[in-house]
Amino acid sequence: MSRRRWPDAVARLLGCLLAPALLVSASPVVAAEEPVLNILNWSDYIAPGTIPAFEAETGIRVRYDVFDANEVLEAKLLAGRSGYDIVVPSAHFVARQIAAGVFQPLDRARLPGLANLDPEVMRTLAAYDPGNAHVVPWLWGTTGLGYNVAAVEERLGGTPPASWQLLLDPANAARLADCGIALLDAPMEVIPSVLIGLGLPPNSEDPAHLDRAFAALEAIRPHIRYFHSGQYINDLANGEICLALGYSGDILMARARAEEAAVVQTLRYVIPQEGALVWFDVLAIPKDARQPGNAHRFIEFILRPEVIAEVSNAVRYANANLKATALVDEAIRMDPGIYPDAALRARLVANLPHGPKFERRINRAWSRLKAGRAR
Amino acid sequence: MATSPAERTLRPLRSRRGLAWLLAAPLAWLVVFLALPVAIVFSISLAQQTLAMPPYTPILVWDAVEGLRVDVTLEHYAFLIEDPFYLEALLGSLGMAASTTLICLLIAFPMAHAMATAPARWRAAMLLAVILPFWTSFLLRVYAWTGLLAGRGPINQMLLALGLIDSPLPLMNSNLAVQIGLVYAYLPFMVLPLYAALDRFDGSLLEAAADLGATPWTAFRTVTLPLVWPGVLAGSALVFIPVTGEFVIPDLLGGADTLMLGKVLWEEFFANRAWPQAAAVAVCMLLLVALPGLLRAAWEFVRGQRQGVPAVAARGGH
Repeated sequence: MSRRRWPDAVARLLGCLLAPALLVSASPVVAAEEPVLNILNWSDYIAPGTIPAFEAETGIRVRYDVFDANEVLEAKLLAGRSGYDIVVPSAHFVARQIAAGVFQPLDRARLPGLANLDPEVMRTLAAYDPGNAHVVPWLWGTTGLGYNVAAVEERLGGTPPASWQLLLDPANAARLADCGIALLDAPMEVIPSVLIGLGLPPNSEDPAHLDRAFAALEAIRPHIRYFHSGQYINDLANGEICLALGYSGDILMARARAEEAAVVQTLRYVIPQEGALVWFDVLAIPKDARQPGNAHRFIEFILRPEVIAEVSNAVRYANANLKATALVDEAIRMDPGIYPDAALRARLVANLPHGPKFERRINRAWSRLKAGRAR
Repeated sequence: MATSPAERTLRPLRSRRGLAWLLAAPLAWLVVFLALPVAIVFSISLAQQTLAMPPYTPILVWDAVEGLRVDVTLEHYAFLIEDPFYLEALLGSLGMAASTTLICLLIAFPMAHAMATAPARWRAAMLLAVILPFWTSFLLRVYAWTGLLAGRGPINQMLLALGLIDSPLPLMNSNLAVQIGLVYAYLPFMVLPLYAALDRFDGSLLEAAADLGATPWTAFRTVTLPLVWPGVLAGSALVFIPVTGEFVIPDLLGGADTLMLGKVLWEEFFANRAWPQAAAVAVCMLLLVALPGLLRAAWEFVRGQRQGVPAVAARGGH
């Protein structure tokens, strides 16, 4: 949604025109880097003290920008010359971006802190990034259900099940329609979640499975108020909606806001017992980054347990740093919605990348579902 | 033979070089900001989607053996026709643009009329009131509507307090919200051209019409409307064309069932990474919106040629 800044656009235009003339000077000789680092991260996704501490320690000036959708970040990266040294895509977008040649491999010798990371997470990430060559985990979370306890219990008569049936059973959805149901506007999150709820393989490309998932969504479509990937945070907190299929950290952030609101609402986040999607956001360095050295210093800084623990405390997402877990606030460390126990963790599934034909099919069916038009 | 004042001031430009220089600036502007971007978008629409930076194949390939090879495809245009989804989105956009234009016209005409007939000392203030919202970010103003229209927002609170409704109306995330947002955002673009037209309108013409026995409605229909018609057309074009491609307002205020071209374009470009398909949608949208204007210009040019006068002079005549 951000409008591009003019000086940037002009510089880029000039860059295009002058590029042939400048090719000689832009040779990959590692000149002394300017003490600058350009970071593009998700909004509300860092501790307030992280950047000032890095700047004070290194003398590197950080320009910190935010984005709000993987698709927007990807368009910037694919267009090239994004101007950023560190970006934070989600892992299931990364496989394609690596194939397109967007990122440079990490210099592991400069990142001794990699030893702190959870080997299990690194194994999962290797499915997107073979050999863990390009990306380092930032934070991770799940895609589950968040609801307003009072509003939902009143309408369903009792504690709702920790199950996808809370959403997918048309009888439940109908009873919750008046207090508002919201879904992420992200087919690659919602469809696998629905497949899990139906007991089907979440990464299935079988048309019969997809038909069943879309049929299940069409059955509850009349009861869904909107599809949006960010608005549900405020709406849950204000009581505008009472059930959302959304990201763990967002719903937990809504919970914190709801407790501070004028009309206090109690929210709950559940990872359904059938299982849920687990996703990872990762740090990566674009191939055309101008300050790759500074970017490596930043990643090594983030790999310190005390630094990433502070981030987890601030934004309520789990990190993949084993040594940091003990430093995370107990309220967060013990919250099963953030750090699920081993039994629940075993039922978390990573979202695998799909081919362009399959994605177009899903996206188109999704648009039709949203528009309330039959396929 | 006496020359008119207009011809006298035009004389220095009769020298072809002077005219060429005068036209060079707008021409350069058109080339750099219109022709070039359209050409780039058009060339992308002929390329194939691929996994690379940028995510499409080059349409000109240099081959050591065969030399220069042109690698283009029309499949993206064929797909626009094959899949009825694009047509539905187009109809959604055109319908929304038409209703917005009509509503803006109905609201703006009395507004502009009141401004044009107000005492001179009030006019500047009224004009300022119309322009003032532009001093705040467009995005911010649209976003403010999400608060106003919310279930617990001021509009619902007021209706509840007045006892007109029992439970909050679901105003947000609906086509109604989009319609309200569009009319709000584009109203000034209708008011200003209408005001300009009505401001030049000579009120004594209406008195003359009344003296000759015309009812106020007949006078409006046969005297006012034809004279301010160019203002109506200009305002309608300024509203209709951008609304057809509008993205921000349907995205922020619209519900799941709001289907408009701007969102389809976004989906092709961002969600499917289908830059060529998105470019094909954009080219067709541009043609659709620009074509009526181009046809009209061409028709006027031809008509001017037939009458043996330059097209510009012919248009200036009425």
